[in-house]
Amino acid sequence: MADKILNKIYVKVWRQNNATAKGRFETYTVENVSQGTSFLEMMDILNDELILGGKDPIAFDHDCREGICGMCSLYINGHAHGPDTQVTTCQLHMRKFHEGQTITVEPWRVGAFPVIKDVMVDRTAFEKIQQAGGFVSVNTGGVPDGNTLPISQDDAEEAMDAAACIGCGACAATCKNSSAMLFLAAKVSQFAKLPQGQVEAKRRAKAMYAKMDELGFGGCTNTGACELACPKSISIAHIARLNREYLKAKLAD
Amino acid sequence: MSILNSKIPEGPIAEKWSNHKAGIKVVSPANKRKLEVIVVGTGLAGASAAASLSELGYNVKAFCYQDSPRRAHSIAAQGGINAAKNYQNDNDSVYRLFYDTVKGGDYRSREANVHRLAEVSPNIIDQCVAQGVPFAREYGGLLSNRSFGGVLVSRTFYARGQTGQQLLLGAYSALNRQIAEGGVKMYTRHEMVDLVTIDGKARGIIARDMVTGEVKRFGAHAVVIASGGYGNVFFLSTNAMGCNASASWVCYKKGAFFANPCFVQIHPTCIPVHGSQQSKLTLMSESLRNDGRVWTPKKMEDAEKLRKGLIGPNDLKDEDRDFYLERRYPSYGNLVPRDVASRAAKERCDAGYGVNSEGKAVYLDFKYAIERLGKGTIEKRYGNLFQMYEKITDADPYKEPMQIYPAIHYTMGGTWVDYNLMTTIPGLYAIGEANFSDHGANRLGASALMQGLADGYFVLPYTIGDYLAGEIMIPKIDTNLPEFIEAEKGVLNKLDQLFNIKGKTPVDHFHKKLGQIMWDNVGMARNAEGLTKAIKEIQELRVEFYKDLLVPGELKNVNPELEKAGRVADFIELGELLARDALNRNESCGGHFREESSTEEGEAKRDDANFAYVAAWEFKGVDAEPALHKEDLVFETIHLTQRSYK
Amino acid sequence: MSNFLSASIGRKVFMSLTGLFLISFLLIHLTLNLFLIFDDSGNLFNQAAHFMATNPIIKVMEPILALGFIIHIIWSGWITLDNMKARPQKYASGDQLLKWWAPSKNMFILGCMIFIFLVLHIFNFWVKMKITGDPLLDQATGTGVEMHNAYALVSNLFINFPLYDLIYVLGGILVGLHISHGFWSAFQTIGLNNINWMKRLKFLANLIGIVFAVGFSSIPIYFLIKF
Repeated sequence: MADKILNKIYVKVWRQNNATAKGRFETYTVENVSQGTSFLEMMDILNDELILGGKDPIAFDHDCREGICGMCSLYINGHAHGPDTQVTTCQLHMRKFHEGQTITVEPWRVGAFPVIKDVMVDRTAFEKIQQAGGFVSVNTGGVPDGNTLPISQDDAEEAMDAAACIGCGACAATCKNSSAMLFLAAKVSQFAKLPQGQVEAKRRAKAMYAKMDELGFGGCTNTGACELACPKSISIAHIARLNREYLKAKLAD
Repeated sequence: MSILNSKIPEGPIAEKWSNHKAGIKVVSPANKRKLEVIVVGTGLAGASAAASLSELGYNVKAFCYQDSPRRAHSIAAQGGINAAKNYQNDNDSVYRLFYDTVKGGDYRSREANVHRLAEVSPNIIDQCVAQGVPFAREYGGLLSNRSFGGVLVSRTFYARGQTGQQLLLGAYSALNRQIAEGGVKMYTRHEMVDLVTIDGKARGIIARDMVTGEVKRFGAHAVVIASGGYGNVFFLSTNAMGCNASASWVCYKKGAFFANPCFVQIHPTCIPVHGSQQSKLTLMSESLRNDGRVWTPKKMEDAEKLRKGLIGPNDLKDEDRDFYLERRYPSYGNLVPRDVASRAAKERCDAGYGVNSEGKAVYLDFKYAIERLGKGTIEKRYGNLFQMYEKITDADPYKEPMQIYPAIHYTMGGTWVDYNLMTTIPGLYAIGEANFSDHGANRLGASALMQGLADGYFVLPYTIGDYLAGEIMIPKIDTNLPEFIEAEKGVLNKLDQLFNIKGKTPVDHFHKKLGQIMWDNVGMARNAEGLTKAIKEIQELRVEFYKDLLVPGELKNVNPELEKAGRVADFIELGELLARDALNRNESCGGHFREESSTEEGEAKRDDANFAYVAAWEFKGVDAEPALHKEDLVFETIHLTQRSYK
Repeated sequence: MSNFLSASIGRKVFMSLTGLFLISFLLIHLTLNLFLIFDDSGNLFNQAAHFMATNPIIKVMEPILALGFIIHIIWSGWITLDNMKARPQKYASGDQLLKWWAPSKNMFILGCMIFIFLVLHIFNFWVKMKITGDPLLDQATGTGVEMHNAYALVSNLFINFPLYDLIYVLGGILVGLHISHGFWSAFQTIGLNNINWMKRLKFLANLIGIVFAVGFSSIPIYFLIKF
C-alpha cells in the first residue's frame, strides 16, 4: 500500500475558453503527487495551483467520483478514460503514470460532442438518442404485478449487462468513426432481451438509429475499440443484436 | 401549540392514506394543461415526480446541475430497494416494513408517513418492472430477493450491485419519454439559486445557466425540491462532488423550516481517507459485513508497528486480534446497524488502535470466510467490490484484509414537510432525501431508493393536486413581476459579491476547513462543549470566507469555482444550523450520538420524555439565532423501546 | 426503403453482403489456383480455367462479380469519408488502444492496397485472356482440346519476374488480413452474431484469413522455389 511520490510530472492539456474560441495545448508541471492519488485529484491539485497563481483553472466534468454517474470524460495519453481497463477517469489512479511523464489530456473528440470549455464537452446528443425511443411507454400506475411476467435468468442477466451503460461517451470518443453504436446498442439490446420491450421494439430501433445518424455520429466498422474502452465492458455482441432488431424492423416495413 | 400542522389524517394507521386520498381535491385534465410545476433535481425522486406529473398533464420544467438527468447521485446506490411484497412467503407485510422502518429510525420519524411509504412500496416494484428495469431473477423467472441490514425478512429487490443506477435509468427513461412528448422541458447544467415567492406562495425559481453564466427566471404554480441531501457539508463524504444543499437552503432562507439537520448517517464500511489530497470517499457495500470480520490489534505496540508499516496484518495471530464488534455485541456481531458499527470503529481508532498511517482505519478480514467457503464463493459474492477496492488502494483483499473507516453517507434531516410533502411555504414541496419525514434518526439499508420513488411516483402526484386545485384560476406566472426581478437582482448581487472578494484562498480550502470542524465536533460522537466550539469556529470561518475567498475565471462563462463558492457559502450556514440542532438534542438516537446521553457501557441512550419531537428550524437572519419549532411525534401504533444489539 | 440505403447501417449491410459474396468468390478462385501447384503439367489448371471461361453460369456471374467489387469499393469510400466527418478534430495523442496494425482499424487502407493489387492482377491475366491476347496463351496445352494455355501465362510470370512474386505474396497477405476482420464483421453487421458466436466467428475469420494468405502466397513461392 505504500504509494510512491511522483516528484514531477507534466500535464499537457487542451485549453479552450468556450465553444467558439480557438483552443491550444498548454503544459503544466505538477509536483509531489502520491501515486495513490486519483487522476482527478491530481487535476484538483493542478487547479489549486493555477488559481493561486492567478490563472483560470481547467474546466472538466466529474461528479460521483466512483465510476457510476458517467459524468467524467477525458482522453488521456491516447486512451479514453486513461491507460487502465474497466475504469472511468475518476477511478484512474496515478499509479498508472511514472516519474517525469508527460500526460496529454484531451476532450472527447466527437463532432456531435462540441467542446464547452477546456476538456468539458456537451453530450446532449446522447440525451436526444435516448429521448428518441429509449423507454417503455408505460405511465405511472396501472401496471401488472411484478411477478406476472416471468423472465428467464439468462435474459435478465444479459439485459443487465447492456443496461450497465453509464452514458459516459467513451465508446464514441474512442471509436475511429466517432460512432455511438455501443451506446445505442446498450439500450436497444436491454429492451430486446425483455418482454416489456417487445411491444415497441420496431419503433424503438428505427427511431433511435435514425436519431444517431441525424446527430452526426459515424457508422460502426466493428473495430471493437468501444468495448475495450467501455468502463463497464459492454460487449459489441449487443451491437449485433441492435443490427438484427433494426433489420427486422426494416424488413417488416 | 406548535405552529406546525403536519396534516396527519384521522383514522387507524392502515386507513389514513386511503382516507386522505379520497378526501383531497383533484384537478381536471383541462386545467392540468394550464398549470406549471417546477421540479429541481432529477434523481429518483425528482425524475419520477417530473415524469409522473407530466403524464398527468401538468407542464413540468425540470432542472439538474449535471449534463444529464441520468447522472444524479441516486445512481450510486448499490444494494437494493425494499418492498413489502412478501414474495418469499416469510411473513413480510406492509405492517412489518412500517414497523422495521420506524424502529430502525430510532422512533424519530412520523408514523403516518412511514406507513404510507410501506403501503406504496409494492407498487414501486411493479412500476419499475414495467419500465424494463432488469431486476435479478430466479431460475423460474420470478423476482429474486435478498435480506439486508438486520431485518428478519428478505424483501430487498436488486439489480446486481447497481440497483440505484437501474432504478434511476428507469425513471430517466420515463422522463425522456415525457421530454420527447413535450410535457417536460428539461434544463440540464442549470443550478437553482433562489426561490421566488409571491404573496407567500412559491411561484418560481431563479437558476444559473452553468454554461453561459446567465441568470434566468422561471415561473410555475408550484415548486418541488428534489435536490437530495447535505452530506457534503462534511467535505468528505460518499456523496458526489456536486451534491449540494443550496436549493434547500434558499428555500429555508425564504421561510421553509428545516427539520432535524443533526440526523446524519455515517456508513461504517468506506475506504479510508488517503492523505490530504483526497476529494471524496468510496463506499464499500454493507453486504461485505455478512462475511467479513472486523478487527484491530489487541496490543498497542502492534498497532504502532502497523501504522509505520513495519509489519502487515497477516503477521498478527488470531489471539492478537481484537474482534471488537463480536466482543461488544455477541448476538449481532459484525452485523450491528450502521450507526453502532461506525461508533465502535471510531472508539477503537480514538483509543489508538487504528491501523493505517493516519491511524484512521480498521480491518475487515475475509480470511476466515475464504477458509470456510473457498475463494470462489467469495469472488462470486463480492468480486466486483474487491476489484473496485483493488483499483483504488492497490491492495488485494483476497490476500490481506480490507481497511475501512466510517464516512458520511446520507442525511435523514431535511426540509420540513407535512403529510402532503408540502413545506411551510404554500406551493413548495420537498421530496426524497431533501425532506426529513420517513427515516427518523437513522435510515435502514435499501430504504432510500424506496422513499425517493414512493414520493415521486405515488405520493406527490396525488397530494400536489390538492394544492393546485386551488390555483386553477391563476394564469401563467409572469416572470417580469417585481418579485422575480428582485430575486434575480439578489442573486446577481450575491454572485458579484463572491466574485469580487478577490482574496487569497480558493473555495476548496474553506470547504475542507468546514469539513474538518464538522467531522471533529459534529461527527460520530458529539458533546455540548465540542458543539459550542464548532458553532463559534463555523461563524469565524464564515467571516474569513467573505474576506478572503478567491474566485477565478469569469462570471459569464463556465466557472466551477463560482458554483462551488455559492454552495460552500450555503454549507457554512447549514453547518452551523446542524451543530445547533445537535446541541439542542441532548439525547442519543440513531445516527446522532451525544456523549452526555449514554449508558455506562458507552451505548446510546434515547430520551423519549424530552426529545420525542421533530426539531424544525425557522430562519431569522444570517447572524440571528434560528427559531425552534417542535412537532411532537405521537406514536399511536408502535410501542417505543430502547434498541439493543448486545 | 430510401432512408435504409442512406442510413449508416444500410450502407454497411451492402458492404457486408458484397464482402461475403466476394469471399465466396475468392474461395473458388483459390481452389482453382491451387491446381497450379498440384499439376506441374498445367493440364488441370488449364481445364479448370477453360471451364470457368465457357460455363454459362459463370458467364452470368461475371458481371455480378464485377458489380460486387464496384459496390464494395465505392461504398467503402463513401462510408469512410462520412465516418471521417464525424470527427472534425483528431486526437493529438492518437489512438493507443488498438495496435496500429490492427486490421479492424485499417480496413480502408488494406482495401485500397488490395484495389491497387487487383488492378495489377487484372492487367496481368484477365486483360490478356479476354482482350489483348498473349503469345503464351496460344501455346499448345497437353489436354488435346482447343483452349488457352493459362498455365503458361501464370508460370511465366511467377518464374521469370521475382518482383511479381513478391507483389503477389504481399497481395495474398493483404487479402488475408482484410478478411480476418471482414468475415466476422460481415456477420456482425447483418445481426447474425451474439456473445457465444462472437468467439466462433472471430476464430473462423482468422482461420479463413490465414487460409487465404497462405494459399494465395504459396503459389508464387512454389514457382519461385520449384523452377
